[in-house]
Amino acid sequence: MKHLETFEDRAVSTVSNIILVIVAFLAIYPLFFVVIASVSDPYDVMNGEVWFWPNGFTLKGYEKVMADDRIWTGYANSVFYTVTATFLNVVVTMSAAFALSRKDLPGKGKIMTFFMITMFFGGGTVPTYLLMKNLHLLDNRLVMIIPGLVTVWNMVIARTNIQSNIPDELIEAATIDGCSYYACFFKIILPLSKAIMSVLVLYYGVGHWNAFFGALLYLSDSSKYPLQLILRDILIQTQMTSELMADSQAAQTAMQDAELMKYSVVIVASIPMLVLYPFLQKYFVKGVMVGAIKG
Amino acid sequence: MKKQTENMTRVMNSGRSSQLNKVWKYRQLYVLLLPAILYVLIFNYQPMYGVIIAFKNFTPLAGIWGSKWVGLEHFERFVTSPSFVNILKNTLTLSVYSLAAGFPLPILLALALHYTHSTKFKKFVQTVTYAPHFLSTVIICSMIIMFLSPRSGIINSLLEALGFERIFFMSNPAAFKHIYVWSGVWQGCGWSSIIYMAALAGIDTSIHESAMIDGASKLQRIWHIDIPGILPTIITLLILNTGSIMNTGFEKIFLLQNSLNSSASEVISTFVYKRGILGGEFSFSTAVGLFNSIVNLILMCSVNFISKKVTEVGLW
Repeated sequence: MKHLETFEDRAVSTVSNIILVIVAFLAIYPLFFVVIASVSDPYDVMNGEVWFWPNGFTLKGYEKVMADDRIWTGYANSVFYTVTATFLNVVVTMSAAFALSRKDLPGKGKIMTFFMITMFFGGGTVPTYLLMKNLHLLDNRLVMIIPGLVTVWNMVIARTNIQSNIPDELIEAATIDGCSYYACFFKIILPLSKAIMSVLVLYYGVGHWNAFFGALLYLSDSSKYPLQLILRDILIQTQMTSELMADSQAAQTAMQDAELMKYSVVIVASIPMLVLYPFLQKYFVKGVMVGAIKG
Repeated sequence: MKKQTENMTRVMNSGRSSQLNKVWKYRQLYVLLLPAILYVLIFNYQPMYGVIIAFKNFTPLAGIWGSKWVGLEHFERFVTSPSFVNILKNTLTLSVYSLAAGFPLPILLALALHYTHSTKFKKFVQTVTYAPHFLSTVIICSMIIMFLSPRSGIINSLLEALGFERIFFMSNPAAFKHIYVWSGVWQGCGWSSIIYMAALAGIDTSIHESAMIDGASKLQRIWHIDIPGILPTIITLLILNTGSIMNTGFEKIFLLQNSLNSSASEVISTFVYKRGILGGEFSFSTAVGLFNSIVNLILMCSVNFISKKVTEVGLW
């Protein structure tokens, strides 16, 4: 069926395409600018001479980043926290999701309610802080790994996915043949759930990599800081203080140092996201879709 | 054969023991559930119990149970404190403004993308607009501060090039809400459009085809087919968003806050952090946090109620 477009239809298409081009430009330009500014002469950037192409190509900013121990410590900490926590997240979420995906599990509805309540109510910042204190988790590396072990929403997504992708008969047949539920989990569920596990790895992983609040609240020893907290020290605190107290000599020097490398720091800190972006986009969108069907 | 009859009678004799048998049969599944249950019990339910300290004068030495009961004293102190009106106003301004600006735009973006003929162009726009979603709050705030810097920021360079004065945005309380909201729109608009794209793709194409045969224009089809088609999605998200209207993101506000703009940027969550964690006023700040959660819950329930009356769509 061929539909003849009227003048009005074509006008609507044109306007919407123009809007999309503008939106795309607005979305990408700030990121593009950070990239070109990171390899441009910092004084040209400061004087507003860099717009669409790098000016006076230099890697000085990156050299300064490489020479900064704080960034390396933060990077190592963040990689450690992210990898360990994400691994535990996926194991715990998948095993709980598998158990809850069995239709005739006695007490299933009550257990679900028990989990769902936490999506609407919470203790708040201070009672949670006091709990961490009582558990001796303050300034302990474990505080970056254990809290956030399961996100109920992710568990629901994983459960829905197991239910709709792995036939019940498969598990039933296996158990009748004498396969234990543990063996089912490792030999059937996990190998058949690679796609949803990728979604979980990315959801949890991005969350841990970008996490800032927990570290701010619970960590005080800077050798345990994740990258995000270090970034805040380098990028935001020096900038704010130097701009608020422009006269102070120390602040001036700090600012000039930060100025030289701030764009490069942003790039270096975002490298894992940039590398993973194609996967992130694919699997995150998948996750939203699964969630949307459920919701 | 004998065994089977035995089993049969056992099942018939007591439903209770068969239930227990069933639980025993699934014991391994409960073991698999155990880590998640224990975690939620300790890290989600324990703090909920800890909320009691909002009604007590909590001291770490006396513990939650041993501290003195003071009732609503902390709530009264918060509501009557001189900063209350300002904090509440800031919290509501930032969140209502965010909702008003951030809610309709993803819908428009999804519609525009949905009607794009070229898949390549569509893919490109999607890839580009999703990207900011993955940047951390610290990175986003650093970029905001760098771009708006009065001495070296690109926005001020642009203003100067166009013949305007340089502006120190971050120290201006009046500018705070715009910075907060529009940077949020920049970061989230593309990402939030995904769910509407999914809803639009779910609309039956035959409705569109018959409308086109009847000579309906694009705008008419958008208005009479697409919008009603995605309305349940829109309303569900609207209810969820109003439910968190008092939960202005702590991280972003905290990172963008400084002593000069704090008259516009002090919100409930930053106030709780300062008084509770930094100041050690545990009971008082727990009461403030609880006040916030209760207002949220009331808002969500009312919107859900209204929506059910008007459109028959609701969360429960």
